[in-house]
Amino acid sequence: MKKRSLNPNFLRILVMVGPSALWLLLFLAVPLVYVVVMSFCTRGLYGGIQYQLSFASYRSIFSSLYLKVTWKSLLMAFETCVICLLISYPFSWFLSRVPKRHHGILMLLVILPFWVSALLRLNGWSNILRDSGIVNTLLIKTGIIKKPITMMYTDGAVLFGMVYCMVPFMILPLHTSISKLDHSLIEAAMDLGANRFRTFIRVILPATLPGIFAGTIQVFIPSLGAFFVADVMGGGNSVYLGNLIQNQFLVARNWPLGAAFSVLLIVFTLVMLRLYTRIGSLDDLA
Amino acid sequence: MSNGKVIAQLENITKDFDGVQILKPTNLSIYEGEFLTFLGPSGCGKTTTLRIIAGLETPTEGTVKLEGRDVTNLPPYKRNVNTVFQNYALFPNMNVFDNVAFGLVEKRLGKAEIREKVDAMLQLVQLGKMGKRKPNQLSGGQKQRVAIARALANDPKLLLLDEPLGALDLKLRKQMQLELKTLQKNLGITFVYVTHDQEEALTMSDRIIVMNNGRFEQIGTPREIYEHPQNKFVANFIGESNIFEASVVSETGAKGTLTLMMENGHVLAEGEGFKYDEIVYLCLRPENIEISTVSREGFTLKGFVRDHVYVGNIVKTVVELPNGKTVQVNRNPHGELITPGMLVNLFWDPKDAVVMHTREDYVYDAIEFAVLGK
Repeated sequence: MKKRSLNPNFLRILVMVGPSALWLLLFLAVPLVYVVVMSFCTRGLYGGIQYQLSFASYRSIFSSLYLKVTWKSLLMAFETCVICLLISYPFSWFLSRVPKRHHGILMLLVILPFWVSALLRLNGWSNILRDSGIVNTLLIKTGIIKKPITMMYTDGAVLFGMVYCMVPFMILPLHTSISKLDHSLIEAAMDLGANRFRTFIRVILPATLPGIFAGTIQVFIPSLGAFFVADVMGGGNSVYLGNLIQNQFLVARNWPLGAAFSVLLIVFTLVMLRLYTRIGSLDDLA
Repeated sequence: MSNGKVIAQLENITKDFDGVQILKPTNLSIYEGEFLTFLGPSGCGKTTTLRIIAGLETPTEGTVKLEGRDVTNLPPYKRNVNTVFQNYALFPNMNVFDNVAFGLVEKRLGKAEIREKVDAMLQLVQLGKMGKRKPNQLSGGQKQRVAIARALANDPKLLLLDEPLGALDLKLRKQMQLELKTLQKNLGITFVYVTHDQEEALTMSDRIIVMNNGRFEQIGTPREIYEHPQNKFVANFIGESNIFEASVVSETGAKGTLTLMMENGHVLAEGEGFKYDEIVYLCLRPENIEISTVSREGFTLKGFVRDHVYVGNIVKTVVELPNGKTVQVNRNPHGELITPGMLVNLFWDPKDAVVMHTREDYVYDAIEFAVLGK
């Protein structure tokens, strides 16, 4: 006998989960699979792809030139993290100590930049920093320097842009972690003979480690892929993973290679997320 | 008990917060080996005083001395004083062993020495096998013991305890009270203890400082505080009291015995240094008042029995005076039969009555009303 036993809640579940599942399937899973498939295909003559199995893209990833770009990107993301951390930690500490009434306005200042597109804000910086920009014009007019200082279109400018864009992503998790810190722990450490530095190392740092890791992940992952920062601040001079992928698709029209780099980026991201969940579970133990 | 040697001194200490003086000029000597308790309602400044001794708070004015040395501006990590915090403040990322070892590591002792010391401390607080546990795996009582062991491991000259038993349930609290007292006696370390629980203070202390509104109301042994409160606040705060207003009419023949005029009659009480016609407070513990159908010489106070409750070893009787005020009386259940509605005489042994000068600043009554609802 054939009897279909349907979960009575099936329809309800379908109604609730269905739309978002469909969305994720259409706009995340399918494109993702397509990118992975594409990375194993042969390059089409005028862009696009031919469905013919090839490992050429992956081979060229490991060519010395592209390895250099990958390394440079990882290094840049790492530097961005470190600088963001050095800026955000003291700031978050300060933020958790200010009186309640100032707290809101300071938080607003942290979040406010999100209201304007990062692209616009970076172009603003470009206007300020370029050779004929506000800073150089001012310095020349006042006679402090004769020739403009080249600030834009360097790796330094890219790093600056990265840090500028990413700092809020570091501040928010750090602030959560630091404001949860029980002040009596600091008093207890000092009471037991630890000076300020030792208290920081032995008590404050371990207690805020989850925030540091969360912030690092949230800065590191987008830093790897943010192509527009390298484009606007680095001009054509600086190639990073993000704008490399963009160039492969739009300029060089080597879609399989672009796809292969995308897969590489996804792998990096997954590794970082794995690390994060590991540390997240450590947090529960603490 | 103390050997009379001063270990810490507060000289003219005051503390202001946002322009409000929450600690009035305060002088105090703490003696070696004593169990000293700051007792008072919340917000009376007792915790602030403790934190000033610990160095966690800087006094606005005045000097803190430890063993004769001025430490007023020394940070807590340079004082040989340790604190047991109200919420324990155990380091969540460290296990019990590392928590107790914290101060020893800061002193840069050797590994073997630290292990020996920590093990001894854990043994002392009966947590010998708990060294590997994390604080969140401990019960409240166990956390408390770890906090005490962690502080004692540093051999402090002075152990400060800020309501350490406040978060424990009643039974555990009673047990820990006795344990703490035993520990203090055996170690001979000076304990400075903060509590708002009068029973806790009476049970454990060698000396009690009753605090209110940023000042010391009375300093004395538990017995002195209970039997001879110096003012209305102390009388009200410690135990149950009946407090009457009266005026001094005369001194009777016996030395020190006063005849006092109350609204509803005159009574006898012992006291010295009171002037004729002075308005005083008269304080009587419920267990010291007797009621009877027979009157007593020197007393003309009468009232109606309103209510009585049998609670085993005593009968709690409420007597209403003609002016409407009620008097709480605790009686022996085997005494004279007294039933509600009877007109009775109230009297007492003049020695048991405590006569107090009224404070000129009757702001006090308002504060008491706010704090105690009396």
